[in-house]
Amino acid sequence: MPSLTQSERGAKVTLGLDLQGGLHMLLGVKTDEAVDSQLKSIASGLKHFGERNDILLDGISVQNRTVTFEMLDNDDATTMDEYLKTIKGTIVHAQEGRYSLAMTPEEVEKLKVQAIDQAIETIRNRLDQFGLAEPTVAKQGVDKILVELPGIKTPQEEQRARELISRAAKLELMAVDEDRAMRVMEMSDAEAASFGDKILEDALQPKMKHLVNDIPILDGTMLTDAQVGYDQNNRPVINFSLNSQGAQIFGDFTGKSVGKRLAIVLDGKVYSAPVINERIGGGSGQISGNYTVEEANDLAIALRSGALLAPIYMMEKRSVGPSLGADSIKASLLALVSGFVLVIVFMMFYYGLAGVIANLAVVINLFIILAMMALFGATLTLPGMAGIVLHIGLAVDANIIINERVREQLRQGVPTRKAISEGYSKAMRAILDSNITQIIACTILYVYGTGAIKGFAVTLSMGILASMLTAIVGTYGIYQLFMPKIEKNKNYALWFGMTRKVK
Amino acid sequence: MELFKEDKIYNFLGKGKIFFIASFVLFFLSIALIATKGFSFGIDFTGGTVVQVKYTKSAPIDTIREKLAENKLFEHATVTEFGSPEEVVIKTPSSTDGLSKDIGDTTKEILKGTGDFEIRRVDMVGPKVGDELRVKGLTAFLLTLSAIMAMVTFRYEWRFALAAIIAIVHDIVITFGFVSYFEVDFNIESVAALLMILGYSIHDTIIVYDRIREHIQESKNSDFVMIVNEAVSRTQSRTTLTSLTVFFVVLTLFIFGGDIMLGFSFPMLIGVIVGTYSSIFVAAQLVVWTGFSVSKYRQKMADKLKIQAEKEKMRAQFEQGIV
Repeated sequence: MPSLTQSERGAKVTLGLDLQGGLHMLLGVKTDEAVDSQLKSIASGLKHFGERNDILLDGISVQNRTVTFEMLDNDDATTMDEYLKTIKGTIVHAQEGRYSLAMTPEEVEKLKVQAIDQAIETIRNRLDQFGLAEPTVAKQGVDKILVELPGIKTPQEEQRARELISRAAKLELMAVDEDRAMRVMEMSDAEAASFGDKILEDALQPKMKHLVNDIPILDGTMLTDAQVGYDQNNRPVINFSLNSQGAQIFGDFTGKSVGKRLAIVLDGKVYSAPVINERIGGGSGQISGNYTVEEANDLAIALRSGALLAPIYMMEKRSVGPSLGADSIKASLLALVSGFVLVIVFMMFYYGLAGVIANLAVVINLFIILAMMALFGATLTLPGMAGIVLHIGLAVDANIIINERVREQLRQGVPTRKAISEGYSKAMRAILDSNITQIIACTILYVYGTGAIKGFAVTLSMGILASMLTAIVGTYGIYQLFMPKIEKNKNYALWFGMTRKVK
Repeated sequence: MELFKEDKIYNFLGKGKIFFIASFVLFFLSIALIATKGFSFGIDFTGGTVVQVKYTKSAPIDTIREKLAENKLFEHATVTEFGSPEEVVIKTPSSTDGLSKDIGDTTKEILKGTGDFEIRRVDMVGPKVGDELRVKGLTAFLLTLSAIMAMVTFRYEWRFALAAIIAIVHDIVITFGFVSYFEVDFNIESVAALLMILGYSIHDTIIVYDRIREHIQESKNSDFVMIVNEAVSRTQSRTTLTSLTVFFVVLTLFIFGGDIMLGFSFPMLIGVIVGTYSSIFVAAQLVVWTGFSVSKYRQKMADKLKIQAEKEKMRAQFEQGIV
């Protein structure tokens, strides 16, 4: 039994989160918002293109999943059409200089899938940098993300991890609408929208508001790095740098807007809005908030690992404190041990030495289950523990069936050797039939069950397989070994616990 | 030690009507209970939140209730003692979908000042997940039933399969009648228990069927009632013994497994008892009532053998190049 020695050498069975404590989350992705933000990004690209090529564009806006704008000078139509062709996956309608761009349904689907995959990748990235032990991030079903964090021990850690995961980390640089900025306090969202603007809150002073242009100048996709640094007052800040395309757009914009303000927006909140003094080349900037070093660190991780294309939300959460996990282990071990003792005593009492042999099979059985679990890297959950406990009761069944058959044969006066082999072969059919049916049930349970239930199905089917092996092959071998002795003394009371006289 | 006289044949079928009435009454009582009273479904199915809180001293349940009542999220919340007086479980049908602050954090804020406590467990299930689970659970159940039907038909006969399925449904309905009566939480573990009982019940039934088949093949007796009586009597000792060992372990789970395992251990406990009863008194009885005929079955088996023999003969001829 090589698998047994393997477990002794130290390959341990992984405990489920319900036993060792930790955080389990099932997250959903609001994929619709990924589509919207893609459209916004197309719009800001258009705006920049117009400015660079001196094409006058008016009323660029994103509504009902379409980007619309008006081109004032029809002479530029060919240049415009060329550019629009480079944007993939869109359908363009143009009529007398009025353009509308919509995404093809395939593109929308693709984006949604991409948003989920990107979210998984991003979350994994962030957790890796966060430095937790063995985080699991996996896709579940079509559109769900499973996150398991066994390393979480305190509520504070849990909160921090949750914030890190959920942070959109969407960095946008936006132009402040200086013409109307004075009136921002009494402006409604609808009114702002009519100017192609939107109102954003200030991150540090909740009462302050900023009026910025709805289409950002550039966004975090052009970010190449983000590091924690310190400003002149020795407060932590985040320095970011942009790629060449971003740097160019940034340079063009700042060169053109000297004297105006630039809002640095993170996750929909304005962190600072400095006045542009001169053209800023080089493509780097700074985010300053009243951060602690820890917060600045987490934020830098989030920015580096990239923005989430779409916000995520919680569908299911299970968090178990380590003390509860330990209690559960204790309780299930107690059940395991006491159930085990009851069964063993009962079997010995009822079947004599045959019972001892059956018990031996059960013990080996348990070892095989554990070894198999360690070998296949299966996780032991609380329902899995229940499965093992239950299995002890069922494991002796095969031997009970066999023993009853053997007794029957002996009672009919069949010689010992033949009685045992007959007993085994007759019991065989029933054991096979019923165990195969049970394994079918377990397989279905595994396919349709969720997390913890899967663990239950796994331990139970491993148990069934192991018990067939030990009861049929294992114990038969033991009987063969002792056969000469049993044949010689014919003490059926001792060997098979038969107290009534045999004819 | 021997509990049963193996050579004695008990007349189980003679009292068939009594057991039938008993089963019938229990079955419909259970259905009535489930239909009127229903289950107290756990959050796995309904969506909602369960927060388990442990205090260092005994938990001030009334204060907790008062404090929670002020928050809208806990409008229909229940607060109950869990295992020991220090521990309480707060259950509410609400859930939140934000990640940065969730209902567990809110609970912690609300309970501030009620004493020294530790939040040991927060389980939150959104409404969508619950719906999916219900569909999945039901699919798993129906699939398992049809797989068993196919398996038993293949190995025995359709009448045996039908009787086995009726026996399974009988066991499960009665078990969950008890679950409904005692208001035990019906959660994801209960679904596992349900499928386990299903597996256990078919296991027991197949052992009896195997004996019936053996007697049909080996004895010359054509009286099916006699054959069934004999088969059930012969297997009774094993059925009772295995049930006892399983009952032992389920009992220890029920006693030591704590409240957290109750959704699993309680239905299992009842299921083992009902399952044992049905495989002795109901399943075999049902086969008799489906009008199974021993002589026809033997005829069929003989035909099968004949066809097989013919096939082999033809193959042998083919191989020898005669055809």
